[in-house]
Amino acid sequence: MSTARLGVPKTYKLYIGGKFVRSESGRVYEVATRKGGPMLNTVNAAKGSRKDARDAVTAARAAVSGWAGTSGYNRGQVLYRIAEVLDGRRAQFAEEIAASEGVSDTAAAAQVDEAIDLWVWYAGWADKYVQVAGNANPVSGPYFNLSTPEPTGVVAVIAPQGVGSLLGFVRAVAPVLVSGNTVVVLGNERAPLAALSLGEVLATSDVPAGVVNILSGSPAEIAPWLASHADVNALDLLGAENLDWVDLQIDAAETLKRVLPPETGPDAGAPSIDRITFFTETKTVWHTKGLL
Amino acid sequence: MTFLEYAPAPESTSILDLKSEYGLFINGEFVPGNGESFTTISPATEQKITTISCASEADVDTAVAAARRAYEKTWSKLSGTDRGKYLFRIARLVQERSRELAVAETLDNGKPIKESRDVDVPLVAAWFFYYAGWADKLDHAGLGPNPRSLGVAAQVIPWNFPLLMLAWKIAPALAAGNTVVLKPAETTSLTAMLFAEILQQADLPAGVVNIVTGAGATGSALVNHPDVNKVAFTGSTAVGRSIARSTAGTGKKLTLELGGKGANIVFDDAPIDQAIEGIVNGIFFNQGQVCCAGSRLLVQESVHDEVVERLKERLSTLRVGDPLDKNTDIGAINSASQLGRMRELSDIGEQEGATRWSPASNLPQQGFWFPPTIFTNVSTSHRIARDEIFGPVLSVLTFRTPTEAIAKANNTPYGLSAGIWSDKGSRVLAVADKLRAGVVWANTFNKFDPASPFGGYKESGYGREGGRHGLGAYLAPAAGPKSSVVSAIMNKTPLGGSK
Repeated sequence: MSTARLGVPKTYKLYIGGKFVRSESGRVYEVATRKGGPMLNTVNAAKGSRKDARDAVTAARAAVSGWAGTSGYNRGQVLYRIAEVLDGRRAQFAEEIAASEGVSDTAAAAQVDEAIDLWVWYAGWADKYVQVAGNANPVSGPYFNLSTPEPTGVVAVIAPQGVGSLLGFVRAVAPVLVSGNTVVVLGNERAPLAALSLGEVLATSDVPAGVVNILSGSPAEIAPWLASHADVNALDLLGAENLDWVDLQIDAAETLKRVLPPETGPDAGAPSIDRITFFTETKTVWHTKGLL
Repeated sequence: MTFLEYAPAPESTSILDLKSEYGLFINGEFVPGNGESFTTISPATEQKITTISCASEADVDTAVAAARRAYEKTWSKLSGTDRGKYLFRIARLVQERSRELAVAETLDNGKPIKESRDVDVPLVAAWFFYYAGWADKLDHAGLGPNPRSLGVAAQVIPWNFPLLMLAWKIAPALAAGNTVVLKPAETTSLTAMLFAEILQQADLPAGVVNIVTGAGATGSALVNHPDVNKVAFTGSTAVGRSIARSTAGTGKKLTLELGGKGANIVFDDAPIDQAIEGIVNGIFFNQGQVCCAGSRLLVQESVHDEVVERLKERLSTLRVGDPLDKNTDIGAINSASQLGRMRELSDIGEQEGATRWSPASNLPQQGFWFPPTIFTNVSTSHRIARDEIFGPVLSVLTFRTPTEAIAKANNTPYGLSAGIWSDKGSRVLAVADKLRAGVVWANTFNKFDPASPFGGYKESGYGREGGRHGLGAYLAPAAGPKSSVVSAIMNKTPLGGSK
């Protein structure tokens, strides 16, 4: 006679400053999962608060100089490492996606594969986008003049809220990281599990603490605090279609944040160098040439 | 007459043939505005130059409609080559009428004739030449093949470089295939009116460029007009913020070129002679009324006394006075309100404990004048080290290490410009990497070129003007799928019902 082994379900926590933490508010919310699947029918996720968002911004700000200061070659390897580690955990992510999105196991597995491949695609950009987006400028005078893109700083991201909770998350976050920005991400509210588990992948992929900070909970509640936060430099509203996103953009105007509007449909957040360069600033340096 | 005294050498204004009144330039013609006309004066004498029309909201609507019509019927149908040829024509006409434009600019703005003649107007021509050549090469602008123009561009420009800012705005907009409604600053509309005459001479199709004069209400009506697709603004951070708010959610593409508090960093190994000239150029060029002015001088402690002494000597030789005089270094302040702000902030500088110094000078009785001014003993918390004064006022701070210099330079919500003075190339490059500023000048300052992108980080705005990047501000990628990576995952119904 055999009895089924009693499982050990995971406590889904926030990922802030390289640590897995409960919400300082002590709140959790129920995430429904598919009945009869290997996971519990109901899983709790931490419900992030305003204070959590501020802590995340502090962690993200502290991580900017280190991450932006690494070479493109190095950042590319770290991003590729994310793909490697994620590839080794495909089954777990497929299970979480299938359970929380209610999609088939095949569709869930395909989503994980596409997410892995997207990390690989963006990893390759890290040491190339500067060549594509920058240039030498032929000015009239004895000057060596060069324009190069640099990371904008701390970027707040509202991840897509529909089906594709992992892929949408990667579409939003990966391009922001390529140039050396750090991010605070509001994950998929209904299906937060894959993003929260991705924190474990990031934590073991040589991504420095604070470079990616992941909050689960209600974007409607938390997004306004990020949009108005003076230490956030840019705001990606990719998944904010159903929020009062114009108000968020108005909040962001106070500190002249760079803002990307929401996108919908299959092309939402589609892989593009534009998503990398939008979160960069072009610096133009004039060097005097000596007279011979 | 002593060594440094010169006989007056005024540029003649006889080259000007101004009308007594200028209308709005809409659909290729000058038409009277429905707002209340206003007078433009010479800030050097407070004498009236001419009368300028004021565009009402209805006038702005007419101008936008003209621009839309020209976009749909003419400009978007023209080949890039022909658009370029119009821009080349404009560049040539600017060159032909350059003396006249320089005199008009100096008269209306108060800047020294040597600057309008040798900097502003030549750069205007250069800007049109540069972007003329781009008009039929947009596939190479970095946005992929067949980039699209945006439509009607609403452009609002400041008074510090009236004609040059007009060129920065209009040249890339037209090259990219957009049509334009531009509002000059209230106090400096004159050269925009002469430019409208140049457009007539160039036979530019009616409505491609429309110029509506007026004050803030006219500008507000323009940027908030529902039928504009692009807004480009150069001016104060406060107005920039309000434009960012009012365009939120409209889908209008926005470029903002706002304020600054540029740091000019002088290391102890700097070539001092050049550095002194660069510091002077950085803050006293155009009476310091420059958004990218080097208004904070950061001097390495060991050379502070020498630099300040040399600066004072140099300032004592600057000639303040009649902007039309060919020997004038520092002209008039553009308006009474700007002068008031300089006085107020300088008084605050003294009250907060900084030491104020200006060379002895006899400022004219009429007009708006402010002597070149240096503040020493300034700390980073002082208003004069934080607020944009937008005048010939230099705040001197010190540092000991490159790290401290970088920290102080970046300690501002602005991020437009910075300067580095050092003979050590490796140090210059390392410091340039760390400065959070859109334009960094190494061993030079306040250099501008149509091929060189210009624009800020942080609260100095976003978007770039100049170069290939400046063209991108007026283009969108071709319509269609954004990526060759087609996803089967995202093409599903939204999540719902699972909870």
